[in-house]
Amino acid sequence: MTVAVGRTSLFEANMTSIILLSVFGILNLFLGFLRSNKVLLPGAMLLLLAVFGANYADWNVVHAPYFNNMLVVDNYTVAFTGIVLLTTILLLPFSRSYVTDGEPNLAEYYALLLFSLVGAIMMVGYDHLLMLFVGIEILSISMYVLAGSRKRDSRSNEAALKYFLMGAFATGILLFGMALLYGATGTFALSQLATAVAAPANASLQPMLYIGILMMIIGIGFKVSAAPFHFWTPDVYEGTPTFFTAFMSTVVKTAGFAAFLKLLAVALPGAQGFWMPTIQAMCALTLLLGNVGAAAQNTTKRMLSYSSVSHAGYLLIGLVASKGVLTGDAASGIFFYSLAYSIATVAAFGVLKLVNEHRQDDSYAGLNGLGKTNPLLAFVMTVAMLSLAGIPLTGGFFGKFFLLAAAVGQGYIGLVVFALIMSMVGLYYYLRPLIAMYMRPAEGDATPVPVDGIQTVTLVVLAVLTIVLGIAPGFMSGLL
Amino acid sequence: MLTAVLLLLPLAAALLLLFVKGAAARALALGASLVEFALAAYTAFDFQAHGSAAYNLNYSWIPSAGINFHLGLDGLSLLLVLLTTFLVPLILLSAFKRDYDNPSTFYALVLFMQTGLLGVFSSLDAFLFYFFWEVALIPIYFLAGAWGGERRVAITLKFFLYTVVGSLLMLAGFVYLYLQTGPAAGSLAQHSSELSAFYGLKLSASEQSWLFWLIFAAFAVKMPIFPFHTWQPDTYTDAPAPATMLLSGIMLKMGIYGTMRWLLPVVPLGVSQWQKPVIILSVIGIIYGAIIAIRQRDVKRLIAYSSLSHVGLMAAGVFSLTAVGLQGAVIQMLAHGVNVVGMFFIADAIERRTGTRYIPDLGGLTRRTPILSVCFLVMLLSTVALPLTAGFVGEFLLLEGVFQYNAWVGAVAGLTIIFSAVYLLRMFQRVMLGPDSSFSETITDLTSGELLILVPLIALVFWIGLFPNSFMHISEPAVANILTLVGR
Repeated sequence: MTVAVGRTSLFEANMTSIILLSVFGILNLFLGFLRSNKVLLPGAMLLLLAVFGANYADWNVVHAPYFNNMLVVDNYTVAFTGIVLLTTILLLPFSRSYVTDGEPNLAEYYALLLFSLVGAIMMVGYDHLLMLFVGIEILSISMYVLAGSRKRDSRSNEAALKYFLMGAFATGILLFGMALLYGATGTFALSQLATAVAAPANASLQPMLYIGILMMIIGIGFKVSAAPFHFWTPDVYEGTPTFFTAFMSTVVKTAGFAAFLKLLAVALPGAQGFWMPTIQAMCALTLLLGNVGAAAQNTTKRMLSYSSVSHAGYLLIGLVASKGVLTGDAASGIFFYSLAYSIATVAAFGVLKLVNEHRQDDSYAGLNGLGKTNPLLAFVMTVAMLSLAGIPLTGGFFGKFFLLAAAVGQGYIGLVVFALIMSMVGLYYYLRPLIAMYMRPAEGDATPVPVDGIQTVTLVVLAVLTIVLGIAPGFMSGLL
Repeated sequence: MLTAVLLLLPLAAALLLLFVKGAAARALALGASLVEFALAAYTAFDFQAHGSAAYNLNYSWIPSAGINFHLGLDGLSLLLVLLTTFLVPLILLSAFKRDYDNPSTFYALVLFMQTGLLGVFSSLDAFLFYFFWEVALIPIYFLAGAWGGERRVAITLKFFLYTVVGSLLMLAGFVYLYLQTGPAAGSLAQHSSELSAFYGLKLSASEQSWLFWLIFAAFAVKMPIFPFHTWQPDTYTDAPAPATMLLSGIMLKMGIYGTMRWLLPVVPLGVSQWQKPVIILSVIGIIYGAIIAIRQRDVKRLIAYSSLSHVGLMAAGVFSLTAVGLQGAVIQMLAHGVNVVGMFFIADAIERRTGTRYIPDLGGLTRRTPILSVCFLVMLLSTVALPLTAGFVGEFLLLEGVFQYNAWVGAVAGLTIIFSAVYLLRMFQRVMLGPDSSFSETITDLTSGELLILVPLIALVFWIGLFPNSFMHISEPAVANILTLVGR
């Protein structure tokens, strides 16, 4: 609960992140003409570091809203933007094989990644439903293309088509919901929505309002893969190239939850009596289907897909515990959880991508004996799994701890007990990669997986960050 | 400051070990653990026994939630710190006797585990305690899982799930308690997870009734108490010998210690409500473990069940809520740690020589191994609780405590001494004496390196047995303090 101290900013045009990302995204497209793949990765990393710095400089700075009050840059925006930027920075080194393989469309992929970050930042910073819609669309359309980026792989094509059809459908529902909300309240602006929802001018429009809210919940629920709108997740995640799966399950989810919380807490606290039971039911169902689903999988990637559904369930507990407040324990808990989850997920997918490319086996057995051949990869994977499972010494533990403690503090004991039981199920499947890596010998090709310098550094950073969040969480807790 | 060094030294050594290989790794691991023991011994001499904790180390850990990194040692903690730091060098020495893959990692995990154990024994904040509780689990999971026997995957998974489920329940209980506390003095947070804040809570009897089981779940699994024990014999048998020594010698004490520090004084009304069922379960465990031990044909498994039987008596003594029973449990924790590590080491020494732990395959070993036989017998008689040995003092006090609670329960619990004499002496007879086996002529006696491990253990067996007061006076005020808080 940091209070904005009111530093004024150095320069006036302060949507630095969005502008920088857009400009460099376009520049990237031009770099593609030059076919200079080797420049792209370091270039994109440096750019993102610069944007991260610019974003950090906005912390505790008070800005006037932009674009006729459509976009705000406050600490909430800065915090979640920070997560998506950091995640992307730490993910980029794992695109390395695309660089060395001479992937012809690499520049376009990087450009799409940067554009989708613009979308994510808009989703985090919106103050107007239109901006939310634009953000979701920018993010989603980039992701539809990236899901199908392995053009000659039929599974990648299937994933793209599925994601696009389902996504377009969900966006339609979301848009319909916004229209109904507008019909019932006469506004798209969050603050005005809040007043109109809290004190409805015309009682006969209430059904329209509720249907609108429900449709918006469905639309966003789809984007963050909350049950029962998660059904696309395993197939799409599995078919999408692992590098972009990692992006989907971290950046898209983080931005989605930031948008979700903002919608419920800023625009709809007046309708809490309506959405609270809905979110609670979604939460319990997501936890159940995500965890049980993950336990039943036989490949690490599909397990991680279902596990990402289950993490949506834990984050939904945060939404419940927030009780329609954008600051305090629950919001800080969602921030911490998203951060810890994103870092651990990037680590897990990063290791998985490197191992799968080398061994061509995506079942659990593909990880066999990794503890011997690549101790570092195995260690990073271990840290990631323990963090996702919520074992102490890792950030994931404090993520769950803050969220569940916030929920207990608000009296949602039943939900927390259920979440604890489900996290016990989680232990079972998160241990399976560890068992494969350390307790089973490698089959066949037991040569070490090649890892280059920058990837090694990134893996170490990911593991260290996870452990630091697990040992000294104080510096990232209670920020909102 | 001393506490910080005690906690961080093994961790630092463990990290260094990741970069050191071969003989240097052994020297580093052993050196660090010996320095650690010297520090703990210095602390013990420096220590002034009184009720509250000394050597406090208190930093704000998560300021927004009122959670502190608060460590401190009272007499009870200090004795367990001494036990841990005493046993770890011996366990490392015993690990040197075998050729494990990746030895540096093995030693690093042992030292990492030591940090976790010392953290558990010195935490004065509930969440810090839970944190270290789980930190101690991670290395032992990998030690047992990566270096264990053939069935290690299934067995360690069971062990891990059992203990984590237990500790999650404990965490849930702690969160509930935490939310009942008020803010600590000078803290901005609304609640406090300090031990003293938990002690100050006034909860209704019905709340304490279910909180008791939430918190006790973790301790009952760790000890383990019947019927939460099913992971124990398999894990003890299948884990590599050093891991078994860590599990039985030190980790088991986490459960007893946790009960004394974090259960009895925190939910005293719940304790008095459930005292009887828990004592009955403990006594069932004593008899059950002993009867199954009689039937065992695997030396390691027999010791595992014997340990189950003995820990039942410790739990019964603690729950007798008498000063004698609690003091007996403290002494018996030390004695059992020494005994069981010695027993497992000897079992491992025999297995290394003969390649088997199967009792019918062994026999007549004593002729060529007089020193081994004597050491084995001393350890065994101390486990049986023969007077003048460590086991006697602890078990005598424990039984006296249980008798004060109820004479009939005490009488049944007292059978433990008879039973353990039966199964242990029978094992000794069949392994060391008895008709000759194929190993009788070829087996070699203990080397001086192995004696280096056993001599300190045997010395401590007699030290505790002859001068128990040199340890008991350290924990006396702490135990009295606990009983005051329980309200007896």
